[in-house]
Amino acid sequence: MITLLILGFPLLASILVLAAGHKLASKLALLLSVVQLAITAYAYSVFKQSGPDSFFVYHEWINNPKISLHLGLDGLSLLMVILTNFLTPLIILSAFNRTIEKAAGYFSLILLMQFALNGVFMALDGMVYYIFWELALIPIYFIALRWGGPNRVPVTLKFFIYTLAGSLLMLFGFIAMYWLSPKNSFDLRDLVGSICSCNQGWLFWLFFIAFAIKIPIVPFHTWQADTYKEAPTQGTMLLSGIMLKMGTYSLLRWLLPVLPAGVAEWGPLAITLCVIGIVYASVIAIMQRDLKKLLAYSSVAHVGLISAGIFALNIQGLQGSVVQMLAHGVNVIGLFFCADIILNRTNTLNIDSMGGIRNLAPKFTTLFMIVVLGSVALPLTNGFIGEFLLLFGVYEYNTWLSVFAGLTIILGAVYMLRMFQRVMLGNVNENITSFPDLMWNEKIVLGVIAAVIIVLGIYPKPIMDMAEPALKLILEQAIIK
Amino acid sequence: MTDQILKDSLFVLPGMLIPLFPLIGFIINGVFGKSIPKAATGWIATLAILASFITSVYVFMKLDAADSITIDLFQWISFSNINIGFSFLLDPLTMVMLLVVTGIGFLIHLYSVGYMHDDEGFTRFFTYLNLFIFFMLLLVMGSNYLVMFIGWEGVGLCSYLLIGFWFKNEAYNNAAKKAFIMNRIGDLGFLLGMFFILFNFGTLEFDAVAKQAAALTPNNMLLVSITLLLFVGAMGKSAQLPLYTWLPDAMAGPTPVSALIHAATMVTAGIYMVVRSNVLFAMAPHTLDVILFVGVATSIFAAVIGLMQNDIKKVLAYSTVSQLGLMFAALGLGAFSSGMFHVVTHAFFKALLFLGSGSVIHALHGEQDIRKMGGLKKLIPVTFWTFLIASLAISGVPPFAGFFSKDEILGKAFEHNTAIWAILSFSSMLTAFYMFRLVYLTFYGNFRGTEETKKHIHESPAVMTIPLIVLCVLSVVGGFIGLPPVLSAKHSFDTYLSSVTDASKSVLGEAHHLSHTTEWMLIAFAVIAAIASIAYAYQKYIKKGEQPADEASLTGINKWISNKFYVDEFYNTVIVKPITVMSDLLMVIVDKLIIDLAVNTVAWVVGLTGRLLRLVQTGNTGFYIFAMVLSMVVLFVIRLFA
Repeated sequence: MITLLILGFPLLASILVLAAGHKLASKLALLLSVVQLAITAYAYSVFKQSGPDSFFVYHEWINNPKISLHLGLDGLSLLMVILTNFLTPLIILSAFNRTIEKAAGYFSLILLMQFALNGVFMALDGMVYYIFWELALIPIYFIALRWGGPNRVPVTLKFFIYTLAGSLLMLFGFIAMYWLSPKNSFDLRDLVGSICSCNQGWLFWLFFIAFAIKIPIVPFHTWQADTYKEAPTQGTMLLSGIMLKMGTYSLLRWLLPVLPAGVAEWGPLAITLCVIGIVYASVIAIMQRDLKKLLAYSSVAHVGLISAGIFALNIQGLQGSVVQMLAHGVNVIGLFFCADIILNRTNTLNIDSMGGIRNLAPKFTTLFMIVVLGSVALPLTNGFIGEFLLLFGVYEYNTWLSVFAGLTIILGAVYMLRMFQRVMLGNVNENITSFPDLMWNEKIVLGVIAAVIIVLGIYPKPIMDMAEPALKLILEQAIIK
Repeated sequence: MTDQILKDSLFVLPGMLIPLFPLIGFIINGVFGKSIPKAATGWIATLAILASFITSVYVFMKLDAADSITIDLFQWISFSNINIGFSFLLDPLTMVMLLVVTGIGFLIHLYSVGYMHDDEGFTRFFTYLNLFIFFMLLLVMGSNYLVMFIGWEGVGLCSYLLIGFWFKNEAYNNAAKKAFIMNRIGDLGFLLGMFFILFNFGTLEFDAVAKQAAALTPNNMLLVSITLLLFVGAMGKSAQLPLYTWLPDAMAGPTPVSALIHAATMVTAGIYMVVRSNVLFAMAPHTLDVILFVGVATSIFAAVIGLMQNDIKKVLAYSTVSQLGLMFAALGLGAFSSGMFHVVTHAFFKALLFLGSGSVIHALHGEQDIRKMGGLKKLIPVTFWTFLIASLAISGVPPFAGFFSKDEILGKAFEHNTAIWAILSFSSMLTAFYMFRLVYLTFYGNFRGTEETKKHIHESPAVMTIPLIVLCVLSVVGGFIGLPPVLSAKHSFDTYLSSVTDASKSVLGEAHHLSHTTEWMLIAFAVIAAIASIAYAYQKYIKKGEQPADEASLTGINKWISNKFYVDEFYNTVIVKPITVMSDLLMVIVDKLIIDLAVNTVAWVVGLTGRLLRLVQTGNTGFYIFAMVLSMVVLFVIRLFA
């Protein structure tokens, strides 16, 4: 019951907000997303008591081909659902005190996105999962197209076509697996262990490319920087904070358990790509002049490490990937919000025309600094736990690969501190005439993010305990004896 | 067993309080600083450290030298069967560091109340300073490598924040960034070292790791790799070749910061880490050789650069690098407690030197160039006398603190290899020379600044001179905790640390002791060498009244020394520039040209196919029928022959 409530409530909220009209839209959206968060919190408490069993939902839907509404929440899924439903109110709140045209449509689409994301993280039937996966693309497409920056039309088109192309490969993969599996089913339970290893090699690529585009793993990343730049801030937050976790989550949920032989065959290549991507994106980030693009490339580096940890196929790599998905979700939203705060006051994202903001906005500086520290993985921030586990995972896989991946802790400091210095320190840039310190909604959003960064950095145990059983199961399925 | 548990429980509260006080101070000033009167924030911070110090002294009194007490706070990171706890360790080695960090930390806080008095960032300064002490305490109290690593990176952050404290200055910001990034290079080594340990030993707890390591064969690949990687971390944090260039730049921070972080405490973390892992290092003599080589090289290299610096703080900075090199040389010789002994005495006199230089700078309203000083002896007497004694201490003149610790290291070097002893002795002579060059140019002769500045020269207030005097006393008597064998049969400091270093001693084997005659001769030589160097500086700068030459007029080797051997320029050309160029190239060529072109080509091919297929859709019924018939014929033919 509660599973369906979590899934369905954002859809209801989306419709209500659309009906409420432009004036009320933002407030209602915030209220409803907070209610959704409360429902999620309740689900968490139930989960703590009785485990994942009470969250499974199974309804027959279509007989031929056999598709069923199979949903469930294990530790991994629930954490992703918590991430989604925790970030959505923050994303909505970040849009307060900004002028947004056609607000009802905007906020309704954000909530629709929330609905689709929850669906992706809960679905256990391949086709239902695929429907949610594609559904998530629609609201973000319109958000970017309708409310985006000046160059939005070609950029959004490229983004849409690119990810859609990946999704089609995945659809083809699911259909192929349906026929290849003896039970003729899309259901995860039926698919695990039922695909002949002889076919897993090429199936691996169909899924891997779809996920690699979404994550994105270098070299499938070229849609990303421009899209992040052109999308409105809330769109960028949805994309970077939650949507790209669909990709990394799917590696864990679908690729590893269903295609272990494919992973065994091609995993080494995939992990190498991931690690190259970490260094590649980090190096590019160093010289970026556009703040949002810099953050986009830093994000490519971070998710590259997450994916590498997953392909390392050991418990610490998987644990690290989960912790880091959550940490990255929170931190990257904080970073893009900081970029938005600067854009809002200076009308530019060009780093060269910034500087000295610290003189004018001390509160903003402190909170921005904390988010930056989380991003460079300073111990006692959430980023450290994730990076430590991920790098240790990669280390166990291959020592030299971990040395190379470890460069991220150096390069990350290089591009983040360089950015922070250019944007915030020094004398006030002449282009900046005034820079009011944080408004109330900005204080709340950044304050909450900063608090999460520190709390999870000090006490990550609840997350790790929650994820462990699910990850152990995945690992068992993923490793061929 | 129950006695042990009971005893442990006695230490839980004080053990937690020690780092908690500065944390509370940090939170009070950091969160509520705006609503507290400015003057009060400095005192809150100072009292927080005093409270830590008193608690440390209490623990010191209660703790037996054989004790090793672990305080488990909570489980931090756990997966499968690995548990990394957030826990503290109290043993003699921790105790030494605790007393140094909180004791000197307190004095420097006190001094800063006066020094930073007129700074608009007064509250912010003390907030950072408290945070620093908190992390430094985590570093020295952690019972495993990961908690140490929290402190390790945390102090790096505070160092970053405090070097760039005056954040409007571009050069200071660059210095801060450089410090953080260079430390991160070392930290990667530390991190990888931890991975090796965790993977092979399944734990990061110091005692458990040491036990397992001791069971392995010496010099096996694993131990050498681990210790080398850990040492890379130490090289970054303790500014050893080739990762030392951040430390001289770090002088951009306010002078109390240089005293606390970049002389007395943080930069000695590398030495602490090696001593903490002494069993591992003793089991890897190859690594010890590397450490010895790096230490000796750094010691002499930095001392040479120190000869030609004209910024009072830069001289002291290179001196710190050189002294840290000396400490690592001691560790490389396997003389772990001697290295720690020098950490302690160095903390006394180097903190004093920095605070003294701060007092000079304070008196001269920010002037740091020794060419514009001179004749300050009478004008700021307390600063002068304390500075002089600290200079004697660092130069190795008996009976001041530096003499004993330095003599001990030189003695160990002599036992090991006379060449190393000779190089280190020469480095010590250089130290004595550049320190007295500094003393003579700053305090003797005539004042070389403007008349305007001269009129305003004044001794610092009591809140600044009291710490100078206390540190001066420590610089005088501090060495007596470690008297050489010719003077006393018992080396109190070495004995106190024996529970920590005994295991490695048994691995390395007891070194054959020098005869008393040799020892006396070494002492005599060291003292004569130091005094000769001082006399030479006297001759040059007082008798002849020489002034440092103008940088532009220098030639040959002097020009190289004055320009610090162009190491920064070298790093810029070989590392920094190529990376920035590569960043742009990857963006323009790989990202835009190659990858994106490939992506767009796929899209273009799809589009082209569409356009070509569209040509077929002519709308002409005759054409469709023709195509249909043609297709049927083709299929029929295929059927026929297949």
